Amino acid sequence: METAQEIVRLKELARNTRKLILESLAEAGSGHPGGSLSAVELLVTLYFHVMRHEPKDPKWADRDRFFLSKGHAAPLLYSILAQAGYFPVEELMTLRKMGSRLQGHPSMGIPGIEAPAGSEGIGLSLGVGTSLAARLDRKPSRTYVLMGDGEQQEGQIWEAAMAASKYRLDNLTAIIDRNGIQQDGLTEQIMPLEPLAAKWRAFNWNVIEVDGYDFSQIIDGFDLAASTKNRPTVIIAHTVKGKGISFMEWSPHYHGTPPAKDKLSDFLSELK
Amino acid sequence: MLSKQAAMRDAYGEALLELGASNKDVVVVGADTTGSLKSGVFATKFPERFFNVGIAEQNLVSIAAGLALAGKVAYAGTYAIFVPGKSVDQIRNNICYPNLNVKIVCSHGGISVGPDGASHQQVEDIAIMRAIPKMKVIVPSDAVSTKSIIKAIAPIPGPFYVRLTRSSTPVVYDSGFEYEIGKAQVLREGGDVALFACGIMVPEALKAAESLKASGVAAAVVDLHTIKPIDSDTVVKFAEKCGRVVTAEEHNIMGGMGSAVAEVLGEKRPTPMRRVGVMDTFGESGDAAELLKKYGLTAAHIEQEASSLVRSR
Repeated sequence: METAQEIVRLKELARNTRKLILESLAEAGSGHPGGSLSAVELLVTLYFHVMRHEPKDPKWADRDRFFLSKGHAAPLLYSILAQAGYFPVEELMTLRKMGSRLQGHPSMGIPGIEAPAGSEGIGLSLGVGTSLAARLDRKPSRTYVLMGDGEQQEGQIWEAAMAASKYRLDNLTAIIDRNGIQQDGLTEQIMPLEPLAAKWRAFNWNVIEVDGYDFSQIIDGFDLAASTKNRPTVIIAHTVKGKGISFMEWSPHYHGTPPAKDKLSDFLSELK
Repeated sequence: MLSKQAAMRDAYGEALLELGASNKDVVVVGADTTGSLKSGVFATKFPERFFNVGIAEQNLVSIAAGLALAGKVAYAGTYAIFVPGKSVDQIRNNICYPNLNVKIVCSHGGISVGPDGASHQQVEDIAIMRAIPKMKVIVPSDAVSTKSIIKAIAPIPGPFYVRLTRSSTPVVYDSGFEYEIGKAQVLREGGDVALFACGIMVPEALKAAESLKASGVAAAVVDLHTIKPIDSDTVVKFAEKCGRVVTAEEHNIMGGMGSAVAEVLGEKRPTPMRRVGVMDTFGESGDAAELLKKYGLTAAHIEQEASSLVRSR
């Protein structure tokens, strides 16, 4: 159990992350708020409580690695990296603009970004590769991959799932942002994923389900993943698309529609 | 020249063994064809650096990218029909966009795959790979140059695509081969027509040049093994010198080496030219020699195009 003080710290980081996501998207005028807001607590926990990383030395050889497979949540990752000190927070206001390092989807050249992302379904395989390399080099590095739930429909996810269990990659942890919504509507209507946990179990992964907004549960999930031997772990985090802004929650519309600049204060006033 | 036969796949396996011994960061990733590709020999010597991902070509490419992200030099490959087509998104976004050290080496390129038929005859790979920024494309002409190329690209940063042939092929470089990126190999001098070839069409071009000589035509032969980055200087130099150009490749005439030569000459030195290649069609089952003849990929076809160019002036 984490101290109440630590949870308060993480909550404040989550609140600020949501603010930065909304501000940078409103300034950009395009981008994906829904799937950025849904996974805030997951990334806050990883970057500010779990991962071993060094913002002043992004290429530190023994670092833990994070891959954002759902690349459209770039505003979330950028907001986290900026707060961690990889680049100035003010730079977030250049998101998606000509000449900015902060491309619409993650690309190389941004401190803290490990790999480009944007094409769905291909991030977990990268994690399999870095996990294999870490084992080969006898490094303590762990790899974390955040996937969307919609991209579970891509076949390559399951190719990677098979490979990770073949190689018993206990240094690999996947996280699924299970918000139930994809661009065209509900995942269970577009292409049903359930029983999702049973699918991952059948692929011989250690499956942990958590409430994606309960820091204690999220932290316990990552602890359990790190102590599990000979199997990769997937944390299925039950989340809400657009979390934190009442009229964005559960809304497919806000998958890819940013807050209007002149309405930004209505959005921000909802942040607790 | 051309009296011996050797398999590019064997050369690939030998090169991997040497690389494995000299560079501990070299890793090999395969997809259920590692016995055939001879990459499996690497596994016997360096089992911990060898990964067989099964029949999963997209995963093959992306796992290789992950290994490269962690500092490895990853050689990944299977049959040519399965990689550029099935995994072009992974090649583009996971390897080329971040400019990673992944060397994709595929065997069974072209129509000479033979009896397996059109579903297994890859004649579009050069076009696909050439169109992706950062990717470099090499089609070696024999086993000797294959070994040199596979070893030479290891320390060159960034992605490569190397296409090999299924069957044993005539040895072009009896006396050795030293690979230099972007540098074509002049195999024969001549002033009447320049024959640019790659892969198994190089021995065919050499035979065509010999026949042309008998009819009084002096043909130069250039092994244009590296299609991207293309050796524009050599292409222009021989176009200027000969005034006529024939290209020959075991690939669709659209988008391949002939197209690359036409792009260079169109802008720098417009020159009458003909392209020998697969005429935008699919192949069929048959033995390699029969297919190469039917689909217009022999010395006789090169000779015919060269002669008609020479006569037309």
